[in-house]
Amino acid sequence: MTSMLKNRKVLSGAHAAAEAMRQIDPDVVAVYPITPQTPIAMKFADYVNEGKVHTEMIRVESEHSAMSACVGSSAAGARTMTATSSNGLALMTEIVYIASSTRLPIVMNLADRALSGPINIHGDHSDAMLVRDSGWIILASENAQDVYENTIMAVKIAEDKRVLLPVMILQDGFITSHSAETMYTFDDETVKKFVGEYNPKYSLLRTDNPITMGPLDLFDYYFEHKRQQVEAMDNAKKVIKEVFSNFSKLTGKTYNYFEGYKTEDADFIIVAMNSSVGTAKFVADKFREKGVKAGVLKIRVFRPFMDEEVVEKLKNAKAVAVLDRAASFGSHGGPIFHDVRSAFYESDKKPKMLNYIYGLGGRELSVELLNKVFNDLIEFDGGKSMNQVQYLGVRD
Amino acid sequence: MKPTRRQNSAKVLIMEQKDKGWKEIPIGGVIEKAGNALDYKTGGWRTFRPVINEDKCIGCMLCYLYCPDSSILLKKDDKFTFKAYGVDLDHCKGCGICASVCPVKAIEMKRETEFKDDKSPGHN
Repeated sequence: MTSMLKNRKVLSGAHAAAEAMRQIDPDVVAVYPITPQTPIAMKFADYVNEGKVHTEMIRVESEHSAMSACVGSSAAGARTMTATSSNGLALMTEIVYIASSTRLPIVMNLADRALSGPINIHGDHSDAMLVRDSGWIILASENAQDVYENTIMAVKIAEDKRVLLPVMILQDGFITSHSAETMYTFDDETVKKFVGEYNPKYSLLRTDNPITMGPLDLFDYYFEHKRQQVEAMDNAKKVIKEVFSNFSKLTGKTYNYFEGYKTEDADFIIVAMNSSVGTAKFVADKFREKGVKAGVLKIRVFRPFMDEEVVEKLKNAKAVAVLDRAASFGSHGGPIFHDVRSAFYESDKKPKMLNYIYGLGGRELSVELLNKVFNDLIEFDGGKSMNQVQYLGVRD
Repeated sequence: MKPTRRQNSAKVLIMEQKDKGWKEIPIGGVIEKAGNALDYKTGGWRTFRPVINEDKCIGCMLCYLYCPDSSILLKKDDKFTFKAYGVDLDHCKGCGICASVCPVKAIEMKRETEFKDDKSPGHN
């Protein structure tokens, strides 16, 4: 299959997000700078300044205002995008929930950064986990290439009439957002054709058919509207698959909720999200050279979480390590571990499972640490008793 | 006879059954038909009811302008352009702003309990 990803470029994850946004050419971008998201907004502001997009860029005074402006513009029927990180996401969380419950297909890039405190600017997933239950679709990116492709696909997923939910694209702060790497982009025309024109279901600007959005919704109907959101998330499972399939025709690649790397015959599998997937693949290859059947399961879609898929991909392994770059204080393991472990509850066939909390506040996930994970899995499978939840790379 | 608490809660249950299911309503809380605030009766929130003394009213219309629920009813008058003659009890929440701004004290706020036999709309 020929790929339309023809243009070889050296871009950082942040620049890749901005490049996708330029090609999508949204009607409105409302954004407030915060490290490590800032280069996305800066690069996009250049495009606005140079007249390369027709976007109305709204410079706001906070992230709370950024998401509020996005809600307003999306409710008006404009294709709307933004980006943020960490505490910025925390500040806009109130409106993040309002965006999804008002069913506005906003697309947001999130350069993952640890939440304060203590204050830290580096990459972990605590910000994404903060809004895990906000009703946004969440796509994860291993590298700049994924950021670019996920951002383009996000528009089609969000705006589908069966879905109409906002989509968030994750990339690891600094590790992905600030590292330049070789990647491939489409021609502008290809992206323009793929995303198409946005025809909103509702628009506040249609004065010939005035509507009310965001009204008071008490015990009589609030529950019904939440039930609709659950349904939209379920519909998204089907729509995401369709978008993956259509996008495959442009790239010649295959996409899935969980993408296995040498997992078919693997005895030992690491489940990871974002940049750690790349390191894990490298380490899995080293173990393969030593004759160990090692594999990696990459999470591309974190919400909706496809239980059946994760079970299908992991059930034949002997032992699995789930990597969490966020802690969930007071519960057994991290958030991804909760999902993966819970997915196996009804399954007759289940691998042994360990959870590793790692990389908090941007702590490096080295090859040595992942060597330890695969070695742990081998020993754990061999009968060695171990704590199910472990802290990888913390000083004792 | 006044309905008992049990009868009142039974009424609420029946109302819930008549409300639409999640498949039948627009998504995201969108209200597709404009001008529906009129259908939302807020008169039941009232503790105090404004009572207008038409003889005292000088037709300044301050109560009409200040009322947050557009609940002051006006009529044409020989002497003044308009004159307050009543209150839309379906929507008046009894905030008392009208009585407060009236320069001739023509509006008096009275406890709803004084009207307990009243069957007028909005009184429940």
